[in-house]
Amino acid sequence: MSHHTFRHRGVIKVRCLVESGELALCAAGGFCHFYFTLLCPIILCTMTKLLEWVFGVSLIGIAWGLVTFDLLDLQLPPRYKEVAWPMPIYLLVVFGCYSLATVGYRVATFNDCEDAAQELQAQIKQAKDDLKKKGLKM
Amino acid sequence: MASRRGNAKTQLQSDKYSVLLPTYNERENLPLIVWLLVKYFGESGYNYEIIVIDDGSPDGTLQIAEQLQKIYGSDKIILRPRAQKLGLGTAYIHGIKHATGNFVIIMDADLSHHPKFIPQFIEKQKEGGYDLVSGTRYRGDGGVYGWDLRRKLISRGANFVTQVLLRPGASDLTGSFRLYKKEVLEKLVERCVSKGYVFQMEMIVRARQLDCTIGEVPISFVDRVYGESKLGGNEIVSFLKGLLTLFATT
Repeated sequence: MSHHTFRHRGVIKVRCLVESGELALCAAGGFCHFYFTLLCPIILCTMTKLLEWVFGVSLIGIAWGLVTFDLLDLQLPPRYKEVAWPMPIYLLVVFGCYSLATVGYRVATFNDCEDAAQELQAQIKQAKDDLKKKGLKM
Repeated sequence: MASRRGNAKTQLQSDKYSVLLPTYNERENLPLIVWLLVKYFGESGYNYEIIVIDDGSPDGTLQIAEQLQKIYGSDKIILRPRAQKLGLGTAYIHGIKHATGNFVIIMDADLSHHPKFIPQFIEKQKEGGYDLVSGTRYRGDGGVYGWDLRRKLISRGANFVTQVLLRPGASDLTGSFRLYKKEVLEKLVERCVSKGYVFQMEMIVRARQLDCTIGEVPISFVDRVYGESKLGGNEIVSFLKGLLTLFATT
């Protein structure tokens, strides 16, 4: 009788544990859902540019680390590793070239306002004459 | 129906534009810039006033301003001098307090900014209902006169770094030829803490933060004082420091 009750109580305890485990999982799931759909946008909207960069670079860094060093044992084909490994340097070099090309292009196409300067000179003369007529003592 | 249309028309015609001119030792240039402002505002028909904020210039700028006031009228030229050089941010605050317009135009008084662009600013603002319209040297017909290669390189390079770091949504951040709605300018100047070039950058960045709409008009910038170049090593260092501060705090 007592053996039966003990086992019965044990089953109840295990069931409670399982149920509470499920509850915990639900709570965790609920929190994640809340985090990603509500908090994340709020945090992203109020982040400083520096934090945005840190966030973005960490995401890319983690993804790169996962693929290159096989941290999650994903068993990816070796081709992925070969491509991913030099990516950071490659991206930096591409960005460097893009920057140089963009700034170089913009400097070369920077408008020189010759007409504006000449027009200004003519108007200065006009202004001085007109103001003298109106009685301004320069 | 007719009365509502009538009201809309009087609303437009009751727009008044206050031009803030902070001056320091601009005895030569002040009459010229005022003449040009009067010319272009007169031709366009918009209602305006010019507020001269002189910071105790030793060269007699204030006396010239008083003469101009006699010529053009004290409703058009308003003098609000201060005792000493106190900085641009406080000059704007001081000017706004005395501005009776609902729009404020800020510009340099050394003829590098040409008033002929002001009607274009006004039209652009009406077109999009923008909170602020900024003159840009870097897009469209915008450009500069009197800059050598070194200066152009530094300017474009700095602008590129700023665009990458701050992604501000405006092409010219250090420019100071702008049209603001008066209440927008008040809000922004309250929140800004930097000085010099960085102050103008911070205004745009804060405007973005407050979800203000920004329009752009290409302008030509005629640098007549390039002989006394204002872009030494110190300027560059303080610009970078200011940029990094904005990057880390906004």
